[in-house]
Amino acid sequence: MKTTQILIAGFGGQGILFAGKFLAYKGLLEDNQVSWLPSYGPEMRGGTANCNVILSDDPVGSPIITAPDVLIAMNLPSLQKYVDTVVPGGQVYVDSALIDAKVERTDVEVFYIPATQMAKDNDISTLANMIIVGHLLENHPELSFVGTDTVVEKLVPPKKAALVELNKKALTLGKEYK
Amino acid sequence: MAERVLMKGNEAIAEAAIRAGCRHYFGYPITPQTEIAAYMAKKMPKIGGVFLQAESEIASINMVYGAAAAGVRVMTSSSSPGISLKAEGLSYIAGSDVPALVVNVQRGGPGLGGIQPSQSDYFQATKGGGHGDYKMIVLAPASVQEMASLTIKGFNLADKYLMTSMILADGTIGQMMEPISFEDAEIETYEKPWALTGTKGKRAHNIVNSLYLKPDELEVKNFQRYERYKIVEENEPMWEEFMMEDAEYCVVAFGIASRVAKNAVVAARNEGIKVGLIRPITLWPFPKKPLLEAADKVKGFISVELNMGQMIEDIKLYTQCKKPVALCNRCGGMIPSPDEVLSSIRKAQKGEF
Repeated sequence: MKTTQILIAGFGGQGILFAGKFLAYKGLLEDNQVSWLPSYGPEMRGGTANCNVILSDDPVGSPIITAPDVLIAMNLPSLQKYVDTVVPGGQVYVDSALIDAKVERTDVEVFYIPATQMAKDNDISTLANMIIVGHLLENHPELSFVGTDTVVEKLVPPKKAALVELNKKALTLGKEYK
Repeated sequence: MAERVLMKGNEAIAEAAIRAGCRHYFGYPITPQTEIAAYMAKKMPKIGGVFLQAESEIASINMVYGAAAAGVRVMTSSSSPGISLKAEGLSYIAGSDVPALVVNVQRGGPGLGGIQPSQSDYFQATKGGGHGDYKMIVLAPASVQEMASLTIKGFNLADKYLMTSMILADGTIGQMMEPISFEDAEIETYEKPWALTGTKGKRAHNIVNSLYLKPDELEVKNFQRYERYKIVEENEPMWEEFMMEDAEYCVVAFGIASRVAKNAVVAARNEGIKVGLIRPITLWPFPKKPLLEAADKVKGFISVELNMGQMIEDIKLYTQCKKPVALCNRCGGMIPSPDEVLSSIRKAQKGEF
């Protein structure tokens, strides 16, 4: 891996920050250099949230992502706001259950996945975020699905142990989605 | 290798403080540093420490003053407007020569300002803030690891020189998570024979006070204090140099601005521009030596700051205005992109400062 810059954006409550934390933790366990930067400002208080995750072999310079390699958009405003910032050849993951729009750019690879609907159908309605993460890990050349179980077990607090299996299920749903 | 854990910058400060032996935290909540207080609230009761949310910033800094006088490691944390409220107490602590650690996770100002990251309290931290002649040791972390290591360093230096150490961070470093490890931390302890610990009828009273009504006595106190400051200036400046060996241009930046600047320096090097970075880690004492040395080698400096141009004055002062200094800045909670810094570097190369 060289450096992968991942921007995750959506509404507060969709698990945007947790999805980022998951990717950062995975990077940590794989001995990568990692940074995770959340939005904490008025935009978060007003309902939107985003999170910048950088995974790299080298020490991370600026933790602020201005040109992401990967964009995960979990609502329309986020897609519209960030889609043009993605580097050419980058990837865009769109929760197509919540976003009708299509990405017009032809120089990025776009993955449409109805994560929120899939989550509902599988009784894990709060885990659409992890479905997309599973899809990302399966489809990104620099990332890998291997090791996700360990990260889930490490990240889910003991008080919420029931969520371990549900997170694993969500990740697998995302991985297997075609 | 020591185990790496993922932590927010603010949490790293709190955990490091506890490891440094701090058992007294007094604070008042304010974004973007609230995680420090939250962490202390959770941990302190479990380890026999004191966490107290005071009724105000002014109360909390005076609690720090009291605990410091009693000789314990003590801290408070706040963000810009809250630090202004603490300024009176900072002056009293300096005037009483007791050690304390104060954290400022800066946000945009002036006034209530905003809650996004800023570096606009550089003057306040390095030039005073409170009244009277005094200095604080000002440490500027640029990573979560440094949030921890400089907190421990800050406690050590405060005890060593009997003064306040301030961690001058910003909202970005406070909120971001990076892997850190604690195991290499060196914790120093100092005897505090001056502390107010109770005489038990066995020794003369210690007095901690900043009131000296006789001008000649007060003058001597100030002279003595500045003798100590001189030693700090000689022994304690810290900085990092990046790609400075053959640099023709020198970017100067601290904290989060230095992270952005580093990206820009690498990008400029890829274009063949010989540029390096000096990152002050202590803002007071300012790293005068490497700046002055660089002034004889480079064609000019670029100060990258999240304010209207504060550190640039020190750069000009300590390079004796030998070379031009450009300012690349954003403020109010905005952060320059690496491209903005890069274009300042390109301009400098064309002689535009």
